[in-house]
Amino acid sequence: MQAPSSFIGTKPLGQAMQSVAHIPEFRTRSVSRAARMAQLVPTLVLLPTLITTGIYIFVFVCWNIYLSLSSSTLLPVYDFAGFDAYTRLWRNPRWTTGVNNLAIFGALYIVLSLLVGVVLAVLMDQRIKGENFLRSIFLYPIAISFVVTGTTWQWILNPSTGLEKFFHDLGWTSFEFSLITSRETALYAVVIAAVWHASGFVMVMVLAALRGVDHDVVKAGRIDGAGMFKIYRRIILPSIWPVIISVLIILLQFAIKTFDLVLALTHGGPGISTTFPAIFVYDRLFAAGELAQGAAAAVWLLIGLTVVLLPVIALGWVLRKQKNGGGHA
Amino acid sequence: MPDIDTLPDFNRKKPFNPRRFATRVAVYSILIVVGLFTIMPLAVILLNSLRFNADILRESFIGWPTRITLENWDVAWSSACINASCTGVKPYFIASMLMVVPATLISTAIGLVNGFALTKWKMPFASVVFVAITIGVFLPPQVVLLPWAIALSWLGLSKSLAGLALVHIIQGTCFTTLFCRNYLVNLPDDLIKAARIDGAGFFRTFWKIVVPLSPPIIIVTIIWQFTFIWNEFLFAVTFSSSDFRPITAALMSLNADDTGVSEYGFGSAAVLIAAIPPLLIYFFGGRYFVRGLTQGAVK
Repeated sequence: MQAPSSFIGTKPLGQAMQSVAHIPEFRTRSVSRAARMAQLVPTLVLLPTLITTGIYIFVFVCWNIYLSLSSSTLLPVYDFAGFDAYTRLWRNPRWTTGVNNLAIFGALYIVLSLLVGVVLAVLMDQRIKGENFLRSIFLYPIAISFVVTGTTWQWILNPSTGLEKFFHDLGWTSFEFSLITSRETALYAVVIAAVWHASGFVMVMVLAALRGVDHDVVKAGRIDGAGMFKIYRRIILPSIWPVIISVLIILLQFAIKTFDLVLALTHGGPGISTTFPAIFVYDRLFAAGELAQGAAAAVWLLIGLTVVLLPVIALGWVLRKQKNGGGHA
Repeated sequence: MPDIDTLPDFNRKKPFNPRRFATRVAVYSILIVVGLFTIMPLAVILLNSLRFNADILRESFIGWPTRITLENWDVAWSSACINASCTGVKPYFIASMLMVVPATLISTAIGLVNGFALTKWKMPFASVVFVAITIGVFLPPQVVLLPWAIALSWLGLSKSLAGLALVHIIQGTCFTTLFCRNYLVNLPDDLIKAARIDGAGFFRTFWKIVVPLSPPIIIVTIIWQFTFIWNEFLFAVTFSSSDFRPITAALMSLNADDTGVSEYGFGSAAVLIAAIPPLLIYFFGGRYFVRGLTQGAVK
């Protein structure tokens, strides 16, 4: 220690700040060994995280890729079997059905969540009474696990116990709501539960962005005689795209990782009608004893996520650049 | 980003306008209908946890309790049968707590120190770290599931509380570091500089300046980590066994148990018990919860 160290906690910050001005120059310039050692501390602090994260991301992913190219079945075998697991994977109806389901579900889930979320946010933005109360009601599903969500919705959507029976008991005997029990429609039951889970989250994000919109622009639009609907469509909603992109990224992730919600809601059934890629991975690894195929499916999940996310992230980046760079009036 | 709770006050008295009034009615009606739809599942299981199972089976899963019982809660907590062991959800609830609390606190603490090191000190490879933790946040868990399983068995931690906590700490550190970094970036550099010129080293600056200024982000991070780890299922089910099973994994077994008679009464109570800790955090720390969402995710 070469600079006289004064104990920071003993004096108010203002004084500490003042003392900066009075430090002679030579003290701050000369870098001694002790100071260089002190510089090492933050690096050392970060090192464990860098190592664990490096292992977690790089080593584990490569390890998984290696296993997907091996002939492992019940136990890991470290040999090379080429793309055998991958070709078998794409011939497996459980996998292809899962990929199809994910495409349909993902599109519906994202579009509906965004739609419901944006509409709710615009309505909440109308200076309503009891906003905080409503917001906490809309947002609470995000705090609940997918297992709880799936289990609860399974009971509610089940025709012999839930909504259908409820309306039958009320005397509406022709009411039919058996989405969950039919192969053709069970996927839509998953969409309902997932949209219920995410809409409030979208609403809160969009509402926060709406509150950040410049009020003068809105006022100018009002003076020009534009109606509320037009103002939202033309001025406000286009100006909050960064938040929409953030939300889109999070929803895409949710969709690709869809696993526990479906397991609790439909167990992937009836039959394999609501199976998903993430369920397939788990099933191959820990139930079917097909390690290589499970690892190959996981690699495809990673590829899928990357392929879907990169354009969205790039789009956000390009738009941001345009906004900052293109300063035209 | 302005705080969501502050709004300019436009309370001007306006003459009655029937068209405007109709719009208001429409706005409120839609919000109330959607609000009822949102609250419905929670209300339904809450009511069912107070009903006799016979009543639920006879009337419908959705209904008003004609007679009230508290027995479901008792059965769900301490004697319901899950996977042929009739202990209720109590051991799983405790297992979850023992795993989630340390994992949350440790990952939050590491995240805060990391965030400080990344933002306020000249680091030769700060951008590399930043990219790495960002990838760590986005990586689908399925792609590291098998390596984790093998690595944990090498470490002698497979299917144990410590093993699952370790997975969540390593995973969670990416998230907490990113979160804390985004907050600490906005801390004035002058404060740190002043402390350094006064001769305070890394840790003293951290304790005396960063920690006292960070309660908001500490609370937000703890809330989010707790909620996430408590609710997590994939790792919970993969890295647990009959001696140690988190509540999400136990609940899935209860749900999958098809023993003929459906026990909706204590089933509902069990589901609620699993949802109570995050819900309590949500309702008591709601403002922080929202702040974490709107500020953490946008950056």
